[in-house]
Amino acid sequence: MLRITDLFARVEEKEILKGLNLTVKPGEVHAIMGPNGAGKSTLGNVLSGREGYEVTGGSVDFNGKNLFDLEIEERAREGLFLAFQYPVEIPGVSNMEFLKASVDAKRKHHGQAELSAVEFMKMAREASKRVSLDQAFLKRGVNEGFSGGEKKRNEIMQMMLLEPSLCILDETDSGLDIDALQVVANGVNAMRSAERSFIVVTHYQRLLDYIVPDYVHVLANGRIVKTGGKELALELEEKGYAWLENEAV
Amino acid sequence: MSDFQHQAIRLTAQQQPLTWLESLRNKATDAWLAQPWPTRKTEHWKYTPMQGLQKTLLHVWGTAANQILDKALQDELIPVDATRLVFVNGVFDAKHSSRLPETVVRFSQADAEQQALIEKYLGNIVEGEHHLFATLNNAWVDDGVLIHVPRSQRLDKPVYIVNVVTAVAAVSNQRVLIVLDENSQAEIIEHYLSSADVQNGFANSLTEIHLGDNANLQHYRLNMEEEHAQHIGAVHVDLQRNARLRGFALALGSSLMRVDYQLNHRGQGAELDLQGIYLPRNQQVVDYHTNICHWVPHCTSNEVFRGIVSDSAQAIFNGRIYIHQDAQKTLAELSNKNMLTSNKAEVNTKPELEIYADDVKCAHGATISQLNTGARYYLQSRGLSRAEADVMLSFGFINELLEQIAQPAVHDYLQPRLAKLFGRDNSLNEVNVLAELADDKTIG
Repeated sequence: MLRITDLFARVEEKEILKGLNLTVKPGEVHAIMGPNGAGKSTLGNVLSGREGYEVTGGSVDFNGKNLFDLEIEERAREGLFLAFQYPVEIPGVSNMEFLKASVDAKRKHHGQAELSAVEFMKMAREASKRVSLDQAFLKRGVNEGFSGGEKKRNEIMQMMLLEPSLCILDETDSGLDIDALQVVANGVNAMRSAERSFIVVTHYQRLLDYIVPDYVHVLANGRIVKTGGKELALELEEKGYAWLENEAV
Repeated sequence: MSDFQHQAIRLTAQQQPLTWLESLRNKATDAWLAQPWPTRKTEHWKYTPMQGLQKTLLHVWGTAANQILDKALQDELIPVDATRLVFVNGVFDAKHSSRLPETVVRFSQADAEQQALIEKYLGNIVEGEHHLFATLNNAWVDDGVLIHVPRSQRLDKPVYIVNVVTAVAAVSNQRVLIVLDENSQAEIIEHYLSSADVQNGFANSLTEIHLGDNANLQHYRLNMEEEHAQHIGAVHVDLQRNARLRGFALALGSSLMRVDYQLNHRGQGAELDLQGIYLPRNQQVVDYHTNICHWVPHCTSNEVFRGIVSDSAQAIFNGRIYIHQDAQKTLAELSNKNMLTSNKAEVNTKPELEIYADDVKCAHGATISQLNTGARYYLQSRGLSRAEADVMLSFGFINELLEQIAQPAVHDYLQPRLAKLFGRDNSLNEVNVLAELADDKTIG
């Protein structure tokens, strides 16, 4: 699915990722934890292709392709999905039109016909129900005036509609109350399958009570410094990151 | 004095004007000839390219030309349940117009009482000395439309005035007078169109609006002429106590389009909202000058104009808010945002705030920017190409204002048409229609 080898990346001349290695197989859920500034969000941005994130070394193989040969939208159509920590508000662009255009872009890429409006509506209504988002949100501007929780649920709804093979959740739990957290986690869990993989980036162990990972990695100073099972998250919750950061230097 | 000014006056000789309007015409003719022709050094005309108009030969009134709306333009009308008046090259086209209710009358058909009302207001709301072409409109005034809603009445249907220019080198003078008495209410749509083949036509339009105490007007002014049209126009409004105006302006662009809004708060508690969109392309020019004057306390103004300027087009926006020393407790906001989609496109924007009262709340701002890169990245990260994302974002930029249009027929007419300008697929609108249906549980 995904093989990251010795990845170096920088933002505005500052080296953030310094030789990161990570392999994700189909069906696996990997949690990436770590202190602020470790490079957690950078990883998601680099993988999705955001401008301003410069890859200076290493390689990423995504389903047999060199990820860095692909444009932002090609990565998405090939099945990479990044759920944003701070989804952007786009007033004037209807959420529904945006969602249909996204789904159709992926379908065309895979040689499928665009959906009819009716087919799409059915899908969108179903997905919005699954994340407990009122259908009125489909008609609003993209994320316009949505609360933090509504934005995150909208991200998960997009994920459901796009059916990606690799989902990267960037601090999806930040700013969520327990109810919203459960809705989001249920949405993710319902999508888990033998073919679909997840990278769950989080600062807190709490989310991992709901989305139980196969592996937990600690990212510090731009590298994975420790890997373990789900119990590692509990240990981190208890001991913090300082003892590992020292190891990373 | 310019050739254009002389030619313009020579044209008046070809008219057979209503005799009771003669004194207004004569006074205006003198004023028009006395005013200097605007140049680059004339403050309010600094950026407006006038050379083209100066070269225009004003030799024929539209009356000499086609006077019936042709089929192609019929399809361009807004399908709205309204009292419709169609003017073709300045001449009333009865065939394509509605039967007029008592509240709507053409100047040429006005009875004595209506004539008295027209004489009372016509040319008095407009401040001619600051508006050269309003003066010309007075000098040329002939037939026009009076909409008078008496006290505590409400127009049961919108009034829809269509002005089209179809002839080569046709000149058309368009005049509307709206008088809303105390507590009355109306909705009025002015729609300006032209045939695709019109060359060197010139339309001069002027709308004067008197809003009595507590009167309420929704006013739309849609300039949707073709590439080669030249249009100079103005809307002058007086708002009395607690009156409310909700205005919407649209300019798609033509070789020259200049519209001035002069809005006067003359009674306390009046409120106005003015929104505008301009989308010039190719070598078109769009120029909006707005001047909101707060003469009395406790009035509110909210003005938002947005433009997207493409190719080698030019947009000019000048938004002035003037607050007199007596106008305490004024709330006024002005925002003008522009997007340039080409290196050759040009915007000159100037918000002006003149405040002489000390207890007021005012804000203004003007921006010229590119598309939001964060939003573009977000759309691309969901599989849209950069080009698709840009189209969606540009349209979204103006769709924010379209979404606020109160009259559904105007909204539903404009949205797909403007979407098409952005090269967008109309099936997306179909999605929205279905969303409405879904609410009624009719599908799925």
